[in-house]
Amino acid sequence: MSMPFYVSPEQLMKDRADFARKGIARGRSVAVVQYADGIVFVSENPSQALHKVSEIYDRIAFAAVGRYNEFENLRIAGVRLADMRGYAYDRRDVTGRGLANAYAQTLGTIFSSGGEKPYEVEIFVAEVGDRAADDQVYRLTYDGQVADEHDYAVMGGSAEQAATYLKEHWTEGAGLDDSIRLAVVALGQDGNGGRTINAGDLEVAILDRTRSQQRKFKRLTVAQLRRILPDENGGGDGGTEPGPDGPGHPSTDPSGPDDPADPTDTITQQPPLEDPTSGEPEPPIAPPVS
Amino acid sequence: MTGSSHGPRLDPAFLTPGTSSFAEFLSTQAPELLPHRRALPDGSAADLAPHGTTIVAATFPGGVVMAGDRRATMGNIIAQRDIEKVFPADEYSCVGIAGTAGLAVEMVRLFQTELEHYEKIEGTTLSMDGKANRLAALIRGNLGMAMQGLAVVPLFAGYDHTQEQGRIFSYDVTGGRYEETAFHSVGSGSLFARGSLKKLYREDLDAEGCTTAVVQALYDAADDDSATGGPDVTRRIFPVVGVITDEGYQRLGDTEVAGIADRVIAARMNRPDGPAAALT
Repeated sequence: MSMPFYVSPEQLMKDRADFARKGIARGRSVAVVQYADGIVFVSENPSQALHKVSEIYDRIAFAAVGRYNEFENLRIAGVRLADMRGYAYDRRDVTGRGLANAYAQTLGTIFSSGGEKPYEVEIFVAEVGDRAADDQVYRLTYDGQVADEHDYAVMGGSAEQAATYLKEHWTEGAGLDDSIRLAVVALGQDGNGGRTINAGDLEVAILDRTRSQQRKFKRLTVAQLRRILPDENGGGDGGTEPGPDGPGHPSTDPSGPDDPADPTDTITQQPPLEDPTSGEPEPPIAPPVS
Repeated sequence: MTGSSHGPRLDPAFLTPGTSSFAEFLSTQAPELLPHRRALPDGSAADLAPHGTTIVAATFPGGVVMAGDRRATMGNIIAQRDIEKVFPADEYSCVGIAGTAGLAVEMVRLFQTELEHYEKIEGTTLSMDGKANRLAALIRGNLGMAMQGLAVVPLFAGYDHTQEQGRIFSYDVTGGRYEETAFHSVGSGSLFARGSLKKLYREDLDAEGCTTAVVQALYDAADDDSATGGPDVTRRIFPVVGVITDEGYQRLGDTEVAGIADRVIAARMNRPDGPAAALT
């Protein structure tokens, strides 16, 4: 008779948490910053098609890091839940809190159930209010924990360095342009002086309470970002498309110069941290056996 | 709404990829919310609920105008004097509905959600024809109700970015979808409105001229159809007018429509039948 293989519950949960955390840390960060007229989301995402930041409902937006297919599923579920609630009741009855709750329960159940692999995602659910004091930002982790964030928050990748930078430089009531510049610099913090992020590699969206339409969510185009970001951020040359060897543009051409700061640069000996087109982390190692 | 969607954890159906259509999702998750999924007892229900009446739409270079009168009737009774029957469907299209008012309003809400839902899930808007076809599918689903007297007949108009012009679609109760050129009208007063527009409409009208033409047409419809409401000068209730251009849907303000309606009424003081068209 063989001995049953025993794993203590503490160890099991720790393994699952480590597994999820590793997956999330491989991705790139998303920063959310409150500014005078709303909430701005900034993430480094070279893909124009696969979004990390999206609209859920009139005043609610969603941002995520981690595995694309998993957070995309959660996003669609959120849109379905919000639209269904708004249709069955009224548009005002769809709240960020309700949505964050549904996500928390879903993530929590999946995390603690033995049968499913935990989701390797972290999510922001943000709702813009009529006044800055009414804005709400919820941060949800892979295990279903909910945290109420204020002023600014960062998740994924080198989140701590970016958060430290924001803590030192964030001011209340800043304008949109200043807030975007601040968030971009914060995302570029890598512990050794920071790197600049190209406007074309950014995904920026806002929840703007001053927008006259019912739907407050809006994406900023690359051209708009080029106007906002200073020249040294690359591509601040008045709207022309910077070539692959333009100023500050990291090269993905294998024959080009090596840029160790750029995780999509494929000519270093290290494997790329994430898929350069989808922004998705490399497939994880097999989940821990329970 | 099903209990599952209220429960703490999202139902697995929410997390299942597949459809981008809200109506399709509802039909599996909460079919009781769909307007046409209700079983009705035999017999006609036509006299039970208020009916909305006349909607007109006309294109002009660079856009399209839609207008609806404000009356809802129940038999010989005026059920409501200030009902609204023209709604934005999304940023670049609008829908006006004649027929059973309650069902119509519900169907518009479903259609609005359907377009927004697709836009959010797919990250892009439906084409103009795609939107028109989705509306046709919703109307087709309502055929059973229509046969019991609860018909809903919409008129759909919008700005098509690929063709760079305003377009109008009309429907029948079976979900038949027909593209109209220049102008069209639905509802009980539609015959009179269409006759009026035939004489007044010109292809080179601008947005304001086009708006005046549709207000004239609604006046003519109200003149000859008891179920269509004319401009109510004592209560200052005027038609709802929506204008769609490449800048999106815009509902004309009450003062703007009132100004046009007042000019129309003033001219009719001299000639009650409205502007005279040349004989040849």
